[in-house]
Amino acid sequence: MTSRKNRNNRLKDKIFSVWGIISTLIGLILLVIFIGDIIIEGIHRIDWDFLTGLPSRKPEIAGIFTAMMGTIWVLLLTAMISFPIGVAAGVYLEEYGKKGRLSKLLEINISNLAGVPSIIYGLLGLEIFARIMNLGSSILAGSMTLALLILPIIIVATRESIKAVPSSLKDASFALGATKWQTIYLQVLPASFGGILTGVILALSRAVGEAAPLIVVGALAYVPFAPKTPMDEFSVLPIQIFNWISRPQHGFITNAAAAIIILLVITFAMNGVAIYLRNKWQKKIKW
Amino acid sequence: MNYRSETQELIMKKDTMDTPVETNETKKPKKDQEYKIITRNLDVFYGEFQALKNINMKILPYSVTALIGPSGCGKSTYLRVFNRMNDYIDDFRIEGDVIVDRKNIYTEKIEIEQLRKDVGMVFQKPNPFPKTIFENVAYGLRIQGVKDKHFINEKVESSLKQVTLWDEVKDNLKKNALALSGGQQQRLCIARTLAVEPEVILMDEPTSALDPISTGKIEELLFDLKNEYTIVIVTHNMQQAARVSDHTAFFYMGDLIEEGKTTQIFTKPSNKRTENYITGRFG
Repeated sequence: MTSRKNRNNRLKDKIFSVWGIISTLIGLILLVIFIGDIIIEGIHRIDWDFLTGLPSRKPEIAGIFTAMMGTIWVLLLTAMISFPIGVAAGVYLEEYGKKGRLSKLLEINISNLAGVPSIIYGLLGLEIFARIMNLGSSILAGSMTLALLILPIIIVATRESIKAVPSSLKDASFALGATKWQTIYLQVLPASFGGILTGVILALSRAVGEAAPLIVVGALAYVPFAPKTPMDEFSVLPIQIFNWISRPQHGFITNAAAAIIILLVITFAMNGVAIYLRNKWQKKIKW
Repeated sequence: MNYRSETQELIMKKDTMDTPVETNETKKPKKDQEYKIITRNLDVFYGEFQALKNINMKILPYSVTALIGPSGCGKSTYLRVFNRMNDYIDDFRIEGDVIVDRKNIYTEKIEIEQLRKDVGMVFQKPNPFPKTIFENVAYGLRIQGVKDKHFINEKVESSLKQVTLWDEVKDNLKKNALALSGGQQQRLCIARTLAVEPEVILMDEPTSALDPISTGKIEELLFDLKNEYTIVIVTHNMQQAARVSDHTAFFYMGDLIEEGKTTQIFTKPSNKRTENYITGRFG
């Protein structure tokens, strides 16, 4: 009786582990097929001319320079806007906000914001930044929109990292007569900085891949020159890719694949840096 | 019970060592000004729960006062009243008077940062900052805005010497404090507290996470420190309380059951519960 039950359980165990392996492989195989396909299609197209070329009607001479510069501009501005606001909000909610009904409400809403479709942020950005603030379809308007999009992620990451700082560290600082701000600035933030940075980078690598909100704000597919100021019109890699894929000539499909490789490299590199920083900080600070 | 006789032996030894002990009856009542800390009708609540009930106690300067009692009796809460470390607990509420150096620290306008410089604290688990040994001791001065390098250097050295850590670390001041042993870390934490020149030092079970040798070093330290500071120590170790303290207060379920000279509490406690606790029958 017991042995049959055991055998039965062991069978279930086997079945589940096989199911787990298959499930894991499905994701992995699809990713490999996708990346392989893209690389086969586009890798031969990547050369110096492709990286530094301006957009063109002819696929053979079209390059991604303007879109790449646009992406870099947007990335930097988005980081500069979202980092201080997101971290400050996270610190406030975790350290200063009274744990009452209001903070509960804020907390729930911030989590909800993280799940709002990005195109909605685009509409918000169009109305507030492009129209009311009269920034037009500029890099600044686009960056502010993306900053809004990733703020919830940064706030949540900041709060989680701060929560992980042991209270004994704060106690020690307070007991020596430190003010709240001194304790946060000198103890809490340095101890949680690795986690905060990781969150910010992961949020930014999400922003890099966004096309929808920027299209709504008015980013263009065809920009003849690389942007020089935050008020210039711009394009970004995902929009360029989207535009190329919708063209009939096969040359543009190749271009799109090549641009996807570049975008993937940027994203993977950012995630790599995030993982590196996280490991480095985890090793450095042990309690 | 073996345990008891050991503790009592200790007390006897101490009795003979001490200068003539005045018994309770002959002692003249002291004026309030002579006490470092006075609590009157102190009630402490966490929400609905009353953690301390009507505590009246006076603590003499330049002495070691031990707070003993089973876990959850309120002794740590009481300790944290003196430097207002309970303030961060959300539903913490206090009634009554707490007077430190003739100032009511909960009603008068006092700077809480200044209070914590005057009333330092050492915690149960050594909690050095993840910085260098030097910066750990200098931290209290730096947050006060002290810039004078010479002064900071001297203060770090003298504080480390006070806790007998200087010889062990003087060549490694730039080393991360977390690399020190537990006992060294705890002495570093005491040095860090001394560097801001407190008058009172609160210790919350400072040796419970340490080995016997490190514990011995810290207990020795207490004998030196009480010449300059007023020390209040929470301990679970009866022998420690007997060894290091001049006065002892026994807490049980939020009540102050009995307080007095350590010799008296440990040899002829007037309350049955005190006797049961110190002889190890419960707690």
